[in-house]
Amino acid sequence: MLRFLLIVLFILNSSFLNAQENNLNNKITKNLRCLICQGQSVYDSDSEFANSLKLVVEEKLNDGLNEKQIYIFLKEKYGEWILYDPEFNKNTYFLWLLPILMFIAGGAIIFKLFYIRKN
Amino acid sequence: MASLIGFYSLIFGLCVSFLIILFSIKNFRNSNIFDNKIISLTFLQFFLVIVSFLSLILSFVKSDFSNQTVFNHSHTTKPLFYKVSGTWGNHEGSLLLWLLVLTLFIFIFLLKSKEHNKQYRILTLLFQQIIIIGFFIFVIKTSNPFNYIFPVPNEGLGLNPILQDPALAIHPPILYLGYVGTSIIFSSTLAATSLNYISKEWAKHIKQWILISWIFLTLGILLGSIWAYYELGWGGFWFWDPVENISLMPWLALTSLLHCILVLEKRLALTSWVVVLSISTFTLSMCGTFLVRSGILNSVHTFANDPERGLFILIFLFCLIFLSLFIFFFFHKTKNKDSNSFFWFSKETSILINNWFMIYFLTVVLIGTTYPIFLEVISSKKISVGPPFYNKLIIPFLIPFLFAMAIGPKLSWIKSDLKNKSYLILFLIISLLLSAIIIKSFNINFLINTILVTSAFYLFFITLRDFFIKGFKNLAQNLTHFGFSLLILSILFNNIFSTEIITNLKIGETFETDKYKINFESIEQKEEQNFKAIIGKFNIKNFDGNIEIMKPELRIYNQPNIVTSEADIKTNLLVDKFMTMNLVQNQDYFNIRYQIKPFMLWIWFSVTLISFGGLISLFKKKYEA
Amino acid sequence: MKLRIFPILLIVFFITIFFIFYKGLQNSNIYTPVVNIEKNIPSFKSKIFSTNEKISSEQIFKGDKFYLMNIWASWCVPCRDEHPLLMILSTQKNIKVIGLNYKDNKEKAKIFLKELNNPYDKILLDENGTLAIEWGAYGVPESFLIHNNKIIKKIIGPLNEDLLLEIKKLAE
Repeated sequence: MLRFLLIVLFILNSSFLNAQENNLNNKITKNLRCLICQGQSVYDSDSEFANSLKLVVEEKLNDGLNEKQIYIFLKEKYGEWILYDPEFNKNTYFLWLLPILMFIAGGAIIFKLFYIRKN
Repeated sequence: MASLIGFYSLIFGLCVSFLIILFSIKNFRNSNIFDNKIISLTFLQFFLVIVSFLSLILSFVKSDFSNQTVFNHSHTTKPLFYKVSGTWGNHEGSLLLWLLVLTLFIFIFLLKSKEHNKQYRILTLLFQQIIIIGFFIFVIKTSNPFNYIFPVPNEGLGLNPILQDPALAIHPPILYLGYVGTSIIFSSTLAATSLNYISKEWAKHIKQWILISWIFLTLGILLGSIWAYYELGWGGFWFWDPVENISLMPWLALTSLLHCILVLEKRLALTSWVVVLSISTFTLSMCGTFLVRSGILNSVHTFANDPERGLFILIFLFCLIFLSLFIFFFFHKTKNKDSNSFFWFSKETSILINNWFMIYFLTVVLIGTTYPIFLEVISSKKISVGPPFYNKLIIPFLIPFLFAMAIGPKLSWIKSDLKNKSYLILFLIISLLLSAIIIKSFNINFLINTILVTSAFYLFFITLRDFFIKGFKNLAQNLTHFGFSLLILSILFNNIFSTEIITNLKIGETFETDKYKINFESIEQKEEQNFKAIIGKFNIKNFDGNIEIMKPELRIYNQPNIVTSEADIKTNLLVDKFMTMNLVQNQDYFNIRYQIKPFMLWIWFSVTLISFGGLISLFKKKYEA
Repeated sequence: MKLRIFPILLIVFFITIFFIFYKGLQNSNIYTPVVNIEKNIPSFKSKIFSTNEKISSEQIFKGDKFYLMNIWASWCVPCRDEHPLLMILSTQKNIKVIGLNYKDNKEKAKIFLKELNNPYDKILLDENGTLAIEWGAYGVPESFLIHNNKIIKKIIGPLNEDLLLEIKKLAE
């Protein structure tokens, strides 16, 4: 058991050090939706467009832009649609808040079940 | 010829529906004994659909291109296995499969419910026939699989190569068994509601069907995910794609139903909630069918877009919704007894908490999937809702959910206390320490990671302890909860510790990082019956000195002419090594991806474990009865 | 009273959803970026196809003239179809046609131009597709009509006779 754990730790350790190298790049391309194969992220897609976009993201990162600036740049070129992570604005209030509201409502209903009993 | 037989047996099948309805209504009014003619008729209907289905398979096997469906989705050079699986790999054929399972399930239902009230059985059959008739008309009118084309083409258009895959060949039948199983739950609940028949016995009996659909749905989702892993994605297994989401939604509803039916079975409480859940489970399955088949959403899995089809399902779906609303509000009587009240610290509460979270997850997925449609209709703005949205809203809520999953089953019915439960705290400390060590030693300072891993470990240890302490008592429940903790752990570690290298290489070149040395040795070509393969040979030297040979492929399919990339995956107990190569337009190099993904096998294994738990529960109950 | 209101609300809710889905069915599920927004052209530096010299965007696009920037490649089939239309445009005095050679093999591109003639005043080189992204393009062919350093029309996909007329009209 212990040996098993050690092996696990060893493998995880060595692979992890490597992982951070292009983390940010991957994170950004995973958040972009490919316009050619529209069901996939740029990261997952291998279309010509996606491959070029990966390069652009890399270039922009090298130019010193941060994640947000890259999103703004691409949003301006291709529209909000390209971002997989919808921004919180007046169009998406419901998207973000409705699930949370449902959660609170659910909690209230459960609470009420006990409250009634007490009275 | 086969097409003709297939088409006419469909028509006859539809006619039998009306006969069944006629006999059922007569039997419902006049007699006290269930008329066995009805069962024979149900079997006849099932038989007719089977004939129709077999004749479609036959057309596929014989490559009868006078049939439009065969022409669109098959090709003579395709291996026999994929000719057969191509039958349900398309819109028309898969609907025929739906119909087949619908008729099969109601037949089994009638056979298996003999000890139940006659009126209840007949009414269930009637509701089911409404669904069946809807699907018959849908198939015959908008998606007839037996359309004839003339002049007869010599060759078909072929099946999309990414669908030519063993996992995907069995994925739809399994998934449909799950989807369609929910229709039985739906009809039976409506019948039981209208007759005021909801009782502990009914709960016990419907639980079987819930379990069956749940097991198949779980396995179906698993197969789809495995397929996506090695065929579609580049090492991903869940993309929050609409098609995946719509299979997840009924699953979430079913899972909460599975839990709260226990309360009904034990205490005859929460009846309204069970009814609502049963109705929404099937409604969500139908809603999913609508979203995928109408082409209203954009997904990696494309079915033929036809607005007429979409409109038909949409109207049908809302007819069913209004029918169930009507029945619910007019017939449902809440039994206002003492049984509806709970003590706050009991198993009932923990099940309510499970439902609370499940419904929350369901809302997240439902809103995330359909919101772009609403926004576009209302403001004509187009947005995408993708993985980051789901991650942000689901992951934080997983933490309390996992804790509740660990503690909930420990509570007893009606009222419980926590004497002699000090080990619960002990285990919490152990899990916290263990996850802190793991997360710390890899320099991830995310607080949320530690807590998340802690909660998953907690559930893991608690359920593990139960295997030793309780043995076979509550095995099914314990096994699924254990499987779930394993699943979350594997996914977490997989996410945190995956590594990948993306680079462009020419033949003979070597790419080196401090950990790996990838050498593109050579390339060879192979001819198969339905595709040409370009196989790359890569020599990878790992950090520990091990050498791995990877052979990813590019396949050029002849019909239709599509290039796909086949990953080479080396799986072992702990890690998957995953390599793909891709052509780059007009360049002499290939785009190479090499990924190391820990615990992939454990993800598949834990889901299998979860559904196996369901299976045990199914047989255990049968044994007791 | 409370019991009556709830079902009615629910029914209204579902009817609304029905209509939204119904409306949604009529929309296309394929996304194309909005084409009719006036945007400034990006500023960039690029290689010239024939000479490999560097040139900046300011040197290419002068304020008062009309330019049609066309993204093309020799491997792209629709580019072949729209080529004669570009040839017609290149004879127009008030419009200059600029080419952007997208991810192409140089030799093949040269053969392509030899076969079908060269309508381009200048050809820029985009070896890895990044320049096309600066323009907000995502495939080949795409064309941009430019005036006063602004994109006044964007065409996704190949040109056709109607679009050609429209371009001529816009450039008058």
